[in-house]
Amino acid sequence: MPHKPPTKEELERRKIVGINEETITDVSSTDFPGHYPGEDHSWDIESFRRGFRIEFHQNDPFEASFSLIGVDASIANAFRRIMIADIPTLAIETVFINNNTSVIQDEVLSHRLGLIPFKGGHEGLHKFLKWWRKPTDEALVNNSYYDYNTVSLRLEVQCEHNDKAAAGETDPTKLYKHAHVYARDIEFCPVGRQDKYFSGADIIAPVNPDILIAKLRPGQEISLSMHMHKGVGSDHAKFSPVATASYRLMPVIKIERPILGRDAEKFARCFPRGVIGLEKVTKKEAAQKGSGYEGHDGELKAVVVDPMRDTVSRECLRHDEFKGKVKLGRRRDHFIYLVESTGQWESDAIFLEAVAHLKKRAADLEKQVINMVR
Amino acid sequence: MPRATARKEEPAEAGSDIVMDEAPTSHQPEGRDDMSVDQDDENDEAGDVEEDDAEEEEEEDVQRVRLLPGSTPTAASFEFLNEGHTLGNALRYIIMKNRDVEFCAYAIPHPSEAKMNVRIQTFEGTTAIQALEKGLQDLQELCDVVTDKFIDAREKFAASASS
Repeated sequence: MPHKPPTKEELERRKIVGINEETITDVSSTDFPGHYPGEDHSWDIESFRRGFRIEFHQNDPFEASFSLIGVDASIANAFRRIMIADIPTLAIETVFINNNTSVIQDEVLSHRLGLIPFKGGHEGLHKFLKWWRKPTDEALVNNSYYDYNTVSLRLEVQCEHNDKAAAGETDPTKLYKHAHVYARDIEFCPVGRQDKYFSGADIIAPVNPDILIAKLRPGQEISLSMHMHKGVGSDHAKFSPVATASYRLMPVIKIERPILGRDAEKFARCFPRGVIGLEKVTKKEAAQKGSGYEGHDGELKAVVVDPMRDTVSRECLRHDEFKGKVKLGRRRDHFIYLVESTGQWESDAIFLEAVAHLKKRAADLEKQVINMVR
Repeated sequence: MPRATARKEEPAEAGSDIVMDEAPTSHQPEGRDDMSVDQDDENDEAGDVEEDDAEEEEEEDVQRVRLLPGSTPTAASFEFLNEGHTLGNALRYIIMKNRDVEFCAYAIPHPSEAKMNVRIQTFEGTTAIQALEKGLQDLQELCDVVTDKFIDAREKFAASASS
């Protein structure tokens, strides 16, 4: 029997993960050779190129949102994981405490400092700075710091009484000088060629200068120096370039039978604002036999306006009046990413870097496999 | 009768399995086993001075992929060091897309060992190693397409936002 190629509807149906009141259906992808008799589905770069699409929804330095359409979850997840754990950033790794008489313990203070995100000139951060690896021999550690692998910072704050404070003042920030230690008090100490890469607007500085590090009272002092190194998120979360990098599948709402009048209004309230719109039933629709609109000319009907904004709460499935009238689902190959950068990289650059990283990993392993066979 | 003899052969095969088990579970660069410990140490000390400069290259030289014992040309297991779900699942997908591959799966045998195993079984006409190589190449091609389309989409979005 000759095999019929799948219809457009069939192909569309295969892409939908069904969401019912209590269960989900069709979770796994089926686009593998041998899954459907007579169909190919083997990897072909040209057909991938034809079917693959990217759409941007937002592209700001600290937040980018875009859709990858026509790619498998394993690939999309690899990009997400790489963004979180494998893209290098610069963060405080070592803290040398000269004096800390504040109420915050040295180790807690060090941990807080490590988590502060920093920014700086892109060329310097991404090209000039290299990895620092701790020498196995302790005696060599002090000779392992160079301008291209270590950035040094300083934090010197002393709290004193403010003589100019008004009598009866109770606000500690006015009563004392340096009662609060902020990230902006951290000072960058360039060495060697770092002046060239990190000066002016490109200086190494906290992304957010208003991060509160510690509170002091008169007589207390924090005096420390810090070393920043490059690292990756798999080692410590402070090195992750993103606050979050996540994706969700595109929601699908299919109204199968008309939802009219007051029901339509209630239906719209089952979804976040903007997902469901209300439109008037046209004369033409009302005249059409079997459409379900007969005799409802001019009434309001529910229409899907923007399914992307839906949270797939399934609220509409709880009400009897919508039983059998609506089908919820998600598009298996439509990934809506949300990437929030911590500020060292631009959000869209993080994704591009993740793609480049995956490619390099694959290229390295290809060499390894060839080497293994030899 | 033939069946009985086949059964009797099984323990012998199991015995050969034990021999395979004796192969070190952790990966060692080939040829290291033959060297004496002293020789190793001497090499390390001599290499220490140069290591700082050639560090990045040195790391690439470490063999991270290994063919696990018991493999045949069309059915093989590979052990990847320092790889996880990120590459494992992506690689599994792209190898499964190969029509000459009968079976492909990946596993991380234990979370506290930085190892990832990939099992590939192919139909006649190709080998598991070829399928693995093709998978890695396809993955690189895929990344190129994603990069191109991403840059295009970003430009288009910037143009539509400014106009």
